[in-house]
Amino acid sequence: MLTSESLKRIDREIAKYPAEQKQSAVMAALAIAQEQQGWLSTEAIECVANYLGMAPIAAYEVATFYNMYDLKPVGKYKVSVCTNLPCMLTGGVDAGEYLKKKLGIGYNQTTSDGLITLKESECMGACGDAPVMIINNRRMCSWMNPEEIDKLLAELK
Amino acid sequence: MAILGALNPMLSVGLDGDNAWRLADYVKRGGYQALRRILEEKLAQGDVINEVKKSVLRGRGGAGFPTGLKWSFMPRSFPGDKYVVCNSDEGEPGTFKDRDILRYNPHSVIEGMAIAAYAMGAGRGYNYIHGEVWEIYERFEEALDEARVAGFLGNNLLGSGFNFDLFAHHGYGAYICGEETALLESIEGKKGQPRFKPPFPASFGLYGKPTTINNTETFASIPYIINLGGETYLEAGKANNGGTKLFSVSGHVNRPGNYEIPLGTPFATLLEMAGGMRGGRKLKACIPGGSSAPVVPAATMMDCTMDYDSISKGGSMLGSGAVIVMDETTCMVRALERLSFFYYEESCGQCTPCREGTSWLYKVVHRIESGKGRPDDLDLLASVTTNIMGRTICALGDAASMPVQSFIKHYRDEFAYHIEHKKCLVPVEVQRAGSGFFTATV
Ligand SMILES: Cc1cc2nc3c(=O)[nH]c(=O)nc-3n(C[C@H](O)[C@H](O)[C@H](O)COP(=O)(O)O)c2cc1C
Ligand code: SF4
Repeated sequence: MLTSESLKRIDREIAKYPAEQKQSAVMAALAIAQEQQGWLSTEAIECVANYLGMAPIAAYEVATFYNMYDLKPVGKYKVSVCTNLPCMLTGGVDAGEYLKKKLGIGYNQTTSDGLITLKESECMGACGDAPVMIINNRRMCSWMNPEEIDKLLAELK
Repeated sequence: MAILGALNPMLSVGLDGDNAWRLADYVKRGGYQALRRILEEKLAQGDVINEVKKSVLRGRGGAGFPTGLKWSFMPRSFPGDKYVVCNSDEGEPGTFKDRDILRYNPHSVIEGMAIAAYAMGAGRGYNYIHGEVWEIYERFEEALDEARVAGFLGNNLLGSGFNFDLFAHHGYGAYICGEETALLESIEGKKGQPRFKPPFPASFGLYGKPTTINNTETFASIPYIINLGGETYLEAGKANNGGTKLFSVSGHVNRPGNYEIPLGTPFATLLEMAGGMRGGRKLKACIPGGSSAPVVPAATMMDCTMDYDSISKGGSMLGSGAVIVMDETTCMVRALERLSFFYYEESCGQCTPCREGTSWLYKVVHRIESGKGRPDDLDLLASVTTNIMGRTICALGDAASMPVQSFIKHYRDEFAYHIEHKKCLVPVEVQRAGSGFFTATV
């Protein structure tokens, strides 16, 4: 189920570690599988485990431990908003409330058209840029005031 | 530029321009000279470590442990695999300096790690990068490629016979992986759960081999120490607090961002550099070293200088140098509630006092904040923290407890008001205005 493109990327990760330590590539491999599929199904996790020669349960433990893996389908865009204290002081909580109102959903919900899933998130290590949010685990958006959020939503189609 | 200001800087010199992070730019501003000299002159490992000891560089990741001393614990002359690992998992709320170091000066980290590897006889290294800063991870991989092509990484570095290769490993959303042994577990492809210590990583680290873990900024400082000499580096700061340091200033200031200043610089100077208080409002409190450090009231903070000793005298910790500034629009109960939620969420669940305790701390602070507090809740919180502290595998338990203890110690009246009046002393509209989020639309 993993494409040859994904497998090639996983091979590159495996090469970073000593030959007998392929399991070290599991975090990267799961992230690659999630990128390909949009989320991590049990099947994808097993596939990664088999490829790395580790027990499926061990890969599953990793997938459930780290917050950025999505074990259930999410919208086309997952918008994670940091509401931790430094962000909160500069509008992180307000930004989350603003998004909820605009999208008509709460945290951990997806818009009815399947476009956007909203998540409340922990510190992203970018508190100087508050409010901050991340789209699909990859793109960080900084200084998200109401105007910037409107712009972002118009762009996410 | 996201390093917004500096006083007598080292790490942030010459970082203007879009290509400052590139190898060519780094070499132009003196980069890789330290590594080159060490390799060409075949400096003794002990001499390199001594230079670092003389600098009194203290770990920039939070604990402030002297780096030279830590390096001397490695069994450097024993044969066999050894590792150096860089901790760029920066997840401590308020901290965002390592992101900028990797974004604007990644080769200083690569050079610092290569020098460390030489000094400790390690052949391989990993840099563990916070999963949320993906562009930084990609950039670091590109910088690694540049260094490999130029012969600063790989086999037979610059013809010296010394081998060292370095790779990037990304996190994927777990604060606990910033704890050094959880980080090692994570690189091994497991859940990031801290290990019992001892054995310490210097004897049993990554894949069971001797390993030294340092923070990004710690490694980035190494080339400057070798170039300037340990004593000159020390003098750039103050006694027992060598060098300059990056401070991440967030919260209610006009210009949040990173600032590099000599250790020992007055807090007031840093605050001024950050543009002063937003809207000219009054400073209420400051968390000077990341969310795990005790909160310090304004008056005490204004008397502190930014170094390990002064902040510790002020009742807190310099930690990672994350300065969270709060003005009079801040409700301290709400602020603590959010921090307690964080530790509750991020506890790895291994030790009962931490797993159960962080859940209690959050539940009780949350009920006070939502107007359901009970008269004996403050005593309850105090007893929960004493049941956590010192009884856990890693320091997250203490990190969750210290904010609770310090917030209640210094702002007891506010908590008592909440419990008695079922509402906040600081009106909600005032709090909202403080965040500045709606100023554009209201
Ligand atoms: C819960 C927890 C989180 C931590 N997070 C980080 C982190 O994000 N970055 C870091 O450098 N050190 C972090 N540390 C400290 C590390 O365990 C370790 O002391 C540090 O990386 C050593 O580097 P240094 O001596 O150069 O500071 C954390 C510690 C704990 C207990
Ligand atoms: S103190 Fe908490 S985070 Fe640390 S090992 Fe124990 S349960 Fe895990």
